[in-house]
Amino acid sequence: MESEKQAKIKVSSVTKIFGRSSKKAIQLLKEGKTKQEILKSTGSTVGVNQASFEVYPGEIFVIMGLSGSGKSTLVRLLNRLIEPTSGQIFIDGKDVVSMNKEEIREVRRKKMSMVFQRFALFPHKTVLQNTEYGLEIQGVAKHERSQKAFEALKLVGLEGYENQYPDQLSGGMQQRVGLARALANDPDILLMDEAFSALDPLIRKDMQDELIELQGSMEKTIVFITHDLDEALRIGDRIALMKDGNIVQIGTPEEILMNPSNEYVERFVEDVDLSKVLTAGHIVKRAETVQVDKGARLALKIMKDNGLSTVYVVDKQNRLVGAVSAVEASKAVEQKLPLAEVMETNLKTVDTSTLLVDLFDDVSQATIPVAVVDEQNRLKGIVIRGAVIGALAGNDTYINDFGAEQLPPSDEREAL
Amino acid sequence: MEGLLPKLPIADWIDTFVDWLVSNFEFLFEGIAVGLEGFVEGIVAGLGFIPSILLTLILGAVAWKICNWKIALFTLIGLFLIDNLGYWGNMLETIALVLTSVGISVILGIPLGIWASQSKTVGSIVIPILDFMQTMPAFVYLLPAIFFFNIGVVPGVVASVIFAMPPTIRLTILGITQVPQDLIEATEAFGSTTKQRLVKVQIPLAMPTIMAGINQSIMLALSMVVIASMVGAPGLGADVYRAVTQLQTGTGFEAGLAIVIVAIILDRITQNIGKTKQGGTA
Repeated sequence: MESEKQAKIKVSSVTKIFGRSSKKAIQLLKEGKTKQEILKSTGSTVGVNQASFEVYPGEIFVIMGLSGSGKSTLVRLLNRLIEPTSGQIFIDGKDVVSMNKEEIREVRRKKMSMVFQRFALFPHKTVLQNTEYGLEIQGVAKHERSQKAFEALKLVGLEGYENQYPDQLSGGMQQRVGLARALANDPDILLMDEAFSALDPLIRKDMQDELIELQGSMEKTIVFITHDLDEALRIGDRIALMKDGNIVQIGTPEEILMNPSNEYVERFVEDVDLSKVLTAGHIVKRAETVQVDKGARLALKIMKDNGLSTVYVVDKQNRLVGAVSAVEASKAVEQKLPLAEVMETNLKTVDTSTLLVDLFDDVSQATIPVAVVDEQNRLKGIVIRGAVIGALAGNDTYINDFGAEQLPPSDEREAL
Repeated sequence: MEGLLPKLPIADWIDTFVDWLVSNFEFLFEGIAVGLEGFVEGIVAGLGFIPSILLTLILGAVAWKICNWKIALFTLIGLFLIDNLGYWGNMLETIALVLTSVGISVILGIPLGIWASQSKTVGSIVIPILDFMQTMPAFVYLLPAIFFFNIGVVPGVVASVIFAMPPTIRLTILGITQVPQDLIEATEAFGSTTKQRLVKVQIPLAMPTIMAGINQSIMLALSMVVIASMVGAPGLGADVYRAVTQLQTGTGFEAGLAIVIVAIILDRITQNIGKTKQGGTA
């Protein structure tokens, strides 16, 4: 699905060597020598080793790794704050590495903005002046840039703080200014270097939520650097995991968690609380349904054929309207009542993005499998207890390929 | 050693070089001399035009505005004392000499400091020269200064500039290079040109440090006034010099006291200019 789109950022085999003998170091890298061996024999440090990846429009691409893994170097190679030693970087199909000073300046001004770990706000400028900075250096007229800066500040919830100085704001608010400053330029791409790492956990979580929300409404492409796996899993559409300058795995959060490509990734993710990552969408199974205008007799037959005691009732558009048990259906057949009159309509439903941790209560108390619906209340399937437990145990067979159209039939049925 | 290598004729080289400069660039030195002398005399005439009591009040008001009432009171009493002791005219000469020297130091020093902060090569050339300027005994360059500019206030200004300029340059370099790396990175990431980075971020942030450098230059220029008087620069320094050579301890002390008062007033005022700039963000 994604490979059909034109990549917003395409990085191919980019390497950064710090130190003098970079040519020799590149040769050694190609021979497959490790970072430590190269440091020993050449005195050069490998920052990033032949990294290749693509970032698609509107995606939050997280580059994640521990300190020293090269993630901050990698993001600076994208806007050439650090010059790559070799390799190619394309933004919208244009080669960034071969650009001259003016061209790369233009890219930095129009195409991508950066948000920094330590905020990097200008202490001698007001919040408004900080936010205006990117526009100011482009020579945008005072009135216009103030207006855009006001809008950006409004977007991050800092209305009324325009004339304060950064040191009068809390950390979280300062980083909002940092974000507003980046947004004021209206770039396609945001580079966020550990943007939330200096914030305390509660504020960090708020900022993550707001970023996801902002990204949903503005459709920016975001490259987000973090050392925090939970953060990566929360906000990342895809995650690239780095170690010693190498990208060890790229994948969706589920792929990284469920199929670690090597021992390092496995060790990295083993402590993750799966219940906070996996959603109802991951474990939903196809549900047997009966259309509401069909008779109770058909409902009974479906239950009998499938060995069920309850079946969900939907309308023609597959919207959930209720559930009917075998007892109720029999009653309807005897009294010749339509299904709509005997079915239970007060149902507990969840949507596909509900985290497993928020499902526990519903699943444990429900007398029938919990229904999973989409925004239009269309029935996507059901969640059964066994799947919740199996998924938490890390068993792949319970995990759906997220976003897949065809849901596997539920071959395991719970006796109710 | 002597047998292996004959004594290097550095002294001869310098003499020849100075002679060559004097004979070939006389017009240039003369021009500079006329210009500087006119400038210093202009300041003296301008300040001298104001009645001493009025100037005392004006400076007191400036001190009050920039610093506080204590410094203002000190300024009033100090200047009144100088006037009372009969050093007013010479004090104006000294202030003119110091302001001219510091003005030149700032005009040359700040751009040079900015340049040196941007280029490693320039920095590695400028800094040893600064060491040279600060440690070479002043008498050594007073002599050629007389050759170039004759006796009078001008060689005094030149000697003061040589001695007083280094702190301005050094602290300009320091102030600019001290701007945190992440702020520099931020300016780069938003696509600033070098000039924009300097003008919009680095120089404003370096301003308190640069002001401290200017303050130091003023103090050093003041400390040069006695030496400057040896080549004929008029002012309080000349009073001290004369008193010392004639063994008049009391007179020497009076003139010295006047220098100290001027120094304290100039120091407090310029220090607080820097502080109000910095505190202006709050």
